[in-house]
Amino acid sequence: MREIHTDEIISTIERLFIDANINLSDEMLERLNKAVEEEKSPVGKEVIRELISNAQIAKNEQIPICQDTGLAVTFLEIGQDVHIVGLNLEDAIAEGVRRGYKNGYLRKSCCDPFTRKNTGDNTPPTIHTKIVPGEHIRIVVLPKGGGSENYGEVRMLVPSDGKEGVKSFVLEMVKKGGPNPCPPIIVGVGIGGNFEMSAILSKEALMMPMGERNKDPEMAKLELELLEEINRTGIGPQGYGGTVTALDVHIKSMPCHIASLPVAVNIQCHAHRKKEAIL
Amino acid sequence: MEIKVITTPLDDEVIKGLRAGDKVFLTGFIYTARDAAHKRFIETLEKNEPLPIDIKGQIIYYCGPSPAPPGKVIGACGPTTSSRMDAYSPKLLSLGLKGMIGKGKRSQAVKEAISKYNAVYFGATGGAGALLSKSVISSEIVAYEDLGPEAIVKLGVDKMPLFVINDIYGNDLYEMGIAQYKF
Repeated sequence: MREIHTDEIISTIERLFIDANINLSDEMLERLNKAVEEEKSPVGKEVIRELISNAQIAKNEQIPICQDTGLAVTFLEIGQDVHIVGLNLEDAIAEGVRRGYKNGYLRKSCCDPFTRKNTGDNTPPTIHTKIVPGEHIRIVVLPKGGGSENYGEVRMLVPSDGKEGVKSFVLEMVKKGGPNPCPPIIVGVGIGGNFEMSAILSKEALMMPMGERNKDPEMAKLELELLEEINRTGIGPQGYGGTVTALDVHIKSMPCHIASLPVAVNIQCHAHRKKEAIL
Repeated sequence: MEIKVITTPLDDEVIKGLRAGDKVFLTGFIYTARDAAHKRFIETLEKNEPLPIDIKGQIIYYCGPSPAPPGKVIGACGPTTSSRMDAYSPKLLSLGLKGMIGKGKRSQAVKEAISKYNAVYFGATGGAGALLSKSVISSEIVAYEDLGPEAIVKLGVDKMPLFVINDIYGNDLYEMGIAQYKF
């Protein structure tokens, strides 16, 4: 049994949200640098160059990459031999978010669904927890902007729709979004599970490293086929036309009910802000 | 690529020279306004009252910046999705608004009003909020301060990087781009 105090969780969450919003990861920068070479449209190339320059300016000036600093999506893998002391865990995460969005001069984008009144501190965060073996806590933050999140969907396909049904659903969503989710995008696809699990899988898919393929060769093949077909739509960077509409496609899957084929598509803009820490 | 340098207020001759797909550097003054400010503009006009700013010849930027850190003019200030303003834009264009800056497609009614009233719709690169903040040299709240991040802010900009999306000739960069690169 190992004790972890919530003070440490609060300060880590605060730091991760500020870091994620200001410092684009090396992984994303490398991918954008490669995308400039891949892109065939001169306007598209220019847009990607702006994005690279944007990331450098954000880092130098210590201001956010994008003014939409997102809802505070937080994933925790909690070792079953950890004892959390101090505050209630969810309160601690919220406090970390509150401090990060205030002290990092990040935009507060969380409001009541109907009155639209801003909660004022970007809480409550969206928290996903998993209990895992060990005596550590892994925290991953994924501040997620509204523009790209608006083009996600869960759809209950029927088993006979199969792979082709999944492909046409994903392409439909990418085309529907067009320029609005700020391409070049990353596409997370959750296949199987049930209604809510497919959505969580699609979000987890967005957290896979760039270029890493699904361990199942059939799923890996589907990822590459989807990437190719998305990049043939012509949407391109910012929707101005081009050959790099998506930077990657990731699939996460699990078994589902004999009567169902749940599929979720979650779209991530090029400002893919993900940072993690292990306590 | 070639860059056209233009300044505000936009006159009709400059607008005639702009084509969808052009990259421009914009210098001068622009006004931020997004959902809530647009709603209030239209309510004001319906009451036959004057708008808090003179929009003739001016440009509106659909933007809700992140807070300015100490010592900075503004925080990250990229565009928001323009289509939410589609319902209001034709009226503002009819009153002399000359330009709009945002991201994403516009409605047919907005595109027609752009041609009819000699205006232009520019795209600022979504998610390039830090880059765009570098071109902002002054920032002053001029109306609707109570709307917080949605207040109307007069921004002084120097070489703000934009692309022309909809021009007066009916061209649309989104449609042109897909037609050219779809395969």
